[in-house]
Amino acid sequence: MIFKTAFHALTTAFKGLSLTVKHLFGARKARQELDITKDNYFDKQDGIATVQYPKVKMPIPEVARYQLEVEIDDCIVCDLCAKACPVDCIAIEAIKSPEAIGKTSDGSIKRLYPAKFDIDMAKCMYCGLCTVVCPTECIVMTNQYDRSSTKLTDLIYGFSDMTDDQVAQRKSEWTKFQAEKEAAKSK
Amino acid sequence: MLDLFIHILVPVAIFTFIAIFTLFAVYAERKIAGFVQDRLGPMETGKYGSLQTIADILKLLQKELITPLLADKILFRLAPIIIFVAVFTGFSVMPWSQDFIPVNTHTGLFLIMAIVSIDAIGILMAGWGSNNKFSLLGSMRAIAQMVSYEIPVGLSLIAAVMLTQTLNLNDIATNQGVLATEEIKFLGVWSIKNVGGIFAWNIFQAPHMIVTYIIFFIATLAECNRAPFDIPEAESELVGGFHTEYGGIQFAFLFLAEYAMMFLVSMLGVVIFLGAWNTPLPNMGALKLANWTTGFAWGIFWTFSKSLFLVGVQMWIRWTLPRLRADQLMNLCWKVLTPLAFLCMAISAIWRILVIV
Repeated sequence: MIFKTAFHALTTAFKGLSLTVKHLFGARKARQELDITKDNYFDKQDGIATVQYPKVKMPIPEVARYQLEVEIDDCIVCDLCAKACPVDCIAIEAIKSPEAIGKTSDGSIKRLYPAKFDIDMAKCMYCGLCTVVCPTECIVMTNQYDRSSTKLTDLIYGFSDMTDDQVAQRKSEWTKFQAEKEAAKSK
Repeated sequence: MLDLFIHILVPVAIFTFIAIFTLFAVYAERKIAGFVQDRLGPMETGKYGSLQTIADILKLLQKELITPLLADKILFRLAPIIIFVAVFTGFSVMPWSQDFIPVNTHTGLFLIMAIVSIDAIGILMAGWGSNNKFSLLGSMRAIAQMVSYEIPVGLSLIAAVMLTQTLNLNDIATNQGVLATEEIKFLGVWSIKNVGGIFAWNIFQAPHMIVTYIIFFIATLAECNRAPFDIPEAESELVGGFHTEYGGIQFAFLFLAEYAMMFLVSMLGVVIFLGAWNTPLPNMGALKLANWTTGFAWGIFWTFSKSLFLVGVQMWIRWTLPRLRADQLMNLCWKVLTPLAFLCMAISAIWRILVIV
């Protein structure tokens, strides 16, 4: 019985060894097709599977959905994306404006200034829910996937184009407007 | 004076060889592991990663020696030295080529068996001295394994020695080729003294010697704690086993001992079973291949290439087979290898009396 088991172990070990030696000598060439959209992709997968990443890059789909990008001029600062985000990686701070600021490219009227529009790419899980809810389609996923950094804070992308002075100015405009309204009301 | 110089030179040469071999073998191991798994292995340091192990050893040499607070300081410090010295001393009786052997002693094989066993004590010292449960578990497993597997190794060697009738490794080596001083027969029937080559090797002296060699090979794999018998240092269960707490140059020495042990057992297998420094090419009529490829430099070449081939096989096995469970390990040793080795020993005795005479 025990000899039967041992013999079985030997034969299966031999089977495994012949498989690995096939791979050992098959390592002389690398797989030839990296693009999964090609028809013969699965026929050319023998050999080394490693892709030496920074030197060689895998082809990415035509419509890739990787890191987020915000076209801030089209943003109406509605905060829907931040609310939709399952991991809360989007932080938005809005400043109200006394009158309409302008129009986005699809005709929506902008009434809020984006004082802060930060996306923490280290938290983002690439679900794309923010792009779905966006009414003006200003937040999109791009084909950029690599932004390695030694500092974690580098992965917080700021999309707001307002300077500190501008923020302070808009804030004071709004407080002034409100104070005027209060004053008008109390009169 | 010259004697003293030679006495110093030989160990230094062997140590240099072990160090260079280890650097080479670690690189080869990582490359083989990569290729077997369809990866590339180290690629960044130097051309095709060829400087990777040199970078590794430089890093190890620079590291601080850390002794755990509650470790047994003496045992902890002593263990790597004992482990390395045990393996290192084993090389003193290994023949590299015709009459090219550090010590030509009549009890060479006996010495190797005795001195390599000290390795086990070193591992126990390392495990106990580290005062770490992973280390202790690892070293306990190592002791159980090494002590058990000493038996099939010893028995298979006895089976071979019964045919060679000598423990002198130099004589064993000489009697496996065209330079033999005794009558040698292929499978006990075909006198082959003038033909030489692969047919004159001990492994073909009798039909059961092939089985004996397989027993020896499996048991020595376990002796050097190599996969699939690497339960003493099972990374996935025991962190690093007995060398968990070691770092820096102490770890380097443990590593050196492991690879030296691999080469030592491969070379021992080559010397006892696979014709030592004798050529695998036989004389065929006018083609005196065996005579042409026998000589001092050829001897070193054959010893090297055969041993390196066996080291390669060990690596190939390591990256193919999964680790055995402790009970499977003991089953294999006590219920399969040991009885088989006894059987081989008995056949050897009968063979010696009835066939070789």
